[in-house]
Amino acid sequence: MTSPSSVTPPPPSTGSRSRWRRLNFQIGLAIVTGVAATAIVSFFWTPFDPELVDANKRLLPLGEQGHVLGTDQFGRDLLSQIMVGAQTALFVGILAVLIAILIGIPIGGFAAARRGWVEDVIMRISDVIYAFPPVLLAILLVAAVSPGTASAMVAIGIAYIPIVARVTRGASLSIFERDYVVAARAYGRNSTFIFVRHVLPNIASVLIVQMTVLFSLAILAEAALSFIGIGTQPPTPSWGRSLRDAQTFVQLTPRLAIWPGLAIALTVLGFNLLGDGVRDALDPRLEVSRG
Amino acid sequence: MSSRLLDVEGLSIEVDGTPLVRDVSFSIDAGQRLGIIGESGSGKTITALSIMGLLGENLVPSGRIVFDDRNLLDLDEQAMSSIRGNAISMIFQEPMTALNPVMRVGKQVVEALRRHEGIAKSDAMTVATELLDRVGIDQPDRRARSFPHELSGGQRQRAMIAMALACGPQLVVADEPTTALDVTVQAQVLQVLRDQVVSNDAALILITHDLPVVASITNDVIVMRDGYIVESGRTAHVFGSPSNSYTAQLVDSVPPMSRAISAPAKPPSNEPESDAIVDINHLRKTYRLRRTSIRDSPPMIHAVDDVSLKVHEGETFGIVGESGSGKSTLARMMVGLTKPTEGDISVAGIDVSGTKNLRPLRDVVQMVFQDPMGSLDPRMKIGDIVAEPLRSLGHDGDHQSRVRSLLDAVAMPADVLDRYPHEFSGGQRQRIAIARALAPGPRLLVADEPVSALDMSVQTVTLDLLRNLKEQFDLTLVFISHDLSVVHEICERVIVLDGGRIVEQGPVGTVFGNPKETYTQQLVAAIPRLDGAVAATGSALNVDRPPPS
Repeated sequence: MTSPSSVTPPPPSTGSRSRWRRLNFQIGLAIVTGVAATAIVSFFWTPFDPELVDANKRLLPLGEQGHVLGTDQFGRDLLSQIMVGAQTALFVGILAVLIAILIGIPIGGFAAARRGWVEDVIMRISDVIYAFPPVLLAILLVAAVSPGTASAMVAIGIAYIPIVARVTRGASLSIFERDYVVAARAYGRNSTFIFVRHVLPNIASVLIVQMTVLFSLAILAEAALSFIGIGTQPPTPSWGRSLRDAQTFVQLTPRLAIWPGLAIALTVLGFNLLGDGVRDALDPRLEVSRG
Repeated sequence: MSSRLLDVEGLSIEVDGTPLVRDVSFSIDAGQRLGIIGESGSGKTITALSIMGLLGENLVPSGRIVFDDRNLLDLDEQAMSSIRGNAISMIFQEPMTALNPVMRVGKQVVEALRRHEGIAKSDAMTVATELLDRVGIDQPDRRARSFPHELSGGQRQRAMIAMALACGPQLVVADEPTTALDVTVQAQVLQVLRDQVVSNDAALILITHDLPVVASITNDVIVMRDGYIVESGRTAHVFGSPSNSYTAQLVDSVPPMSRAISAPAKPPSNEPESDAIVDINHLRKTYRLRRTSIRDSPPMIHAVDDVSLKVHEGETFGIVGESGSGKSTLARMMVGLTKPTEGDISVAGIDVSGTKNLRPLRDVVQMVFQDPMGSLDPRMKIGDIVAEPLRSLGHDGDHQSRVRSLLDAVAMPADVLDRYPHEFSGGQRQRIAIARALAPGPRLLVADEPVSALDMSVQTVTLDLLRNLKEQFDLTLVFISHDLSVVHEICERVIVLDGGRIVEQGPVGTVFGNPKETYTQQLVAAIPRLDGAVAATGSALNVDRPPPS
């Protein structure tokens, strides 16, 4: 039981809301699992070769000749393309988020541990980067290197570093004030150790939620970059590029845009729901009431 | 004969089938002041929340709470909210969270007024200012335009009282209204609360763990434990001759200083003969605040101002002061956590202020903190928490068995090793924190308010434990507290800090028994006393019901 002197009146109707949230989490998890499974399956099997161009099979409607979602203007199987597109989407999401957290977390933690002018300088620099739209960053990077999935990934990752750094710093600041951190200093631990052992585990829930949100944003950003032609290059399938290819035929055969669009929307929705659910599951306040 | 105001009949409150409050019945008449006493987990706060209709959805009440011929438990939210703040109002423990931080104080009082009274907007501000004036806030015009963070803790709680009384309620429910305040401020706020309740002809339910506070302003009292009422009756009678063993235990755990105005309890000892383990000379810590203008140099705060003291090997040395007196800053400098601006500290021959390498110091001095919730890493197992200092300082030997013996020393069973902090009560966590502090085998233990967050009876146990450990481990103890009676209990010598300066120092008995400085006298006078209930609160206001002889 918690101590009643710390009980404050909870907001009304928490019961039904938490049930609703659990449902959200389950839906999110189902979608994300589905996308991941699709990506894995597509490594070994797709209904057709996604890159196979066949002039005889151009713009087949749904279900014709075994093409479940039909074919595009080059005769490529749409379903196979979307399946392989999941690979690209997840690949970009994972690596962009990895770049962002591997650089962002240490920066944010360092700022929170040092305080003072060091923190000010770091955070202002990160504000400047934050002010650059990811797409603009990507264009710069692509101009400097070459267009492609890798450049897009790195650009998106860099664009998200300040977001991660900011969240890490904010969450760390309050933990660095805790008595157990002061106690750790009193028995001789340095800031790096304290950050890794005492601060990180206690802000993990915040960061995990941030990561799922960034993941879905990264997928969106990759689609956007591919759509304007500086992301994933042909013939590698990508949902954003499928949309771009569908542009010219969108009046004639809207399904070419609808299916990849749905794939993007559903995946982003799935990660957002999952993020919400994870946040609730890791909410320290819920944990206290459980203890 | 006064009329019955509120009747609680057979109130039980459950959460998921676990009863928190069991079959509680009491009543309160108009103008009566009732105290509900209990330690954490006794169900006192939940009882109060149920009267306000503020129970969470998972808390299920049964029984009856009759107010104004209506059972409050049957009312819907809308009917309840017209009673809340109007006929019944509430004062919470932490005024900083109970007030809206982005709304000016006057505006919040106005809101409380307008919601229920329907006063014209133009008049409401005048009335609000009057109310703030009446609860003793100086410059009420200016304070009405301030935001909550610009007020002191005492002023905020006064503003809360003003809001609670804005609509002339018949009943005020106050939940630990002074627990977060300094002693001297607590005395003033209690006085204001009582005066306001009396002059408004309102009844008061005061919920607290603090017996002397109840004794100073209520005429009746209920003692709760584990959801039951274990004893009730006239306050003076219950505290004077408790019939229940638990009540007796609570009364016993009140430090003697609060029980009677004490003469020096121990023979005033002069400076002990042993060597000084802590030697502080002209210590100063200055903080630079943010600039307010480009031209002026930034304002400075002297947290610790020219402090010199010696702590001798083996003694228990008290540092007393109210919040902002610099006592915690002083403690942190002793432990080498904060660098002094000026002056020298040497601990066990190590020059703390001069050297960069504080490693040797870590083995010698360790610290215990106030908040048992915040002092243990919630994501670490107890075994790891206690072993951490050993790993950090590179101690050889069997950490596992050392941890076991430490936990044994603080009377924690060995099977706690694999459990997490949230599974333990405040007192248990504090014992774990003490075990961690003892791990490197320190000679000096600096305890910053180690029992302030604990229940009264747990305080007693923890103080006893500290005393025993001090003998067992040959420790010197620096004990920091705002609570004079606790310091009086455990310390031999004491310094009184105010505004970073030492106001008075000497043997505890002399300093508290016969204080020379006005500030110390104020501190001593402000301690609410169990037997001083009538004397301390003025006679004129206490005539309504003399306690039975």
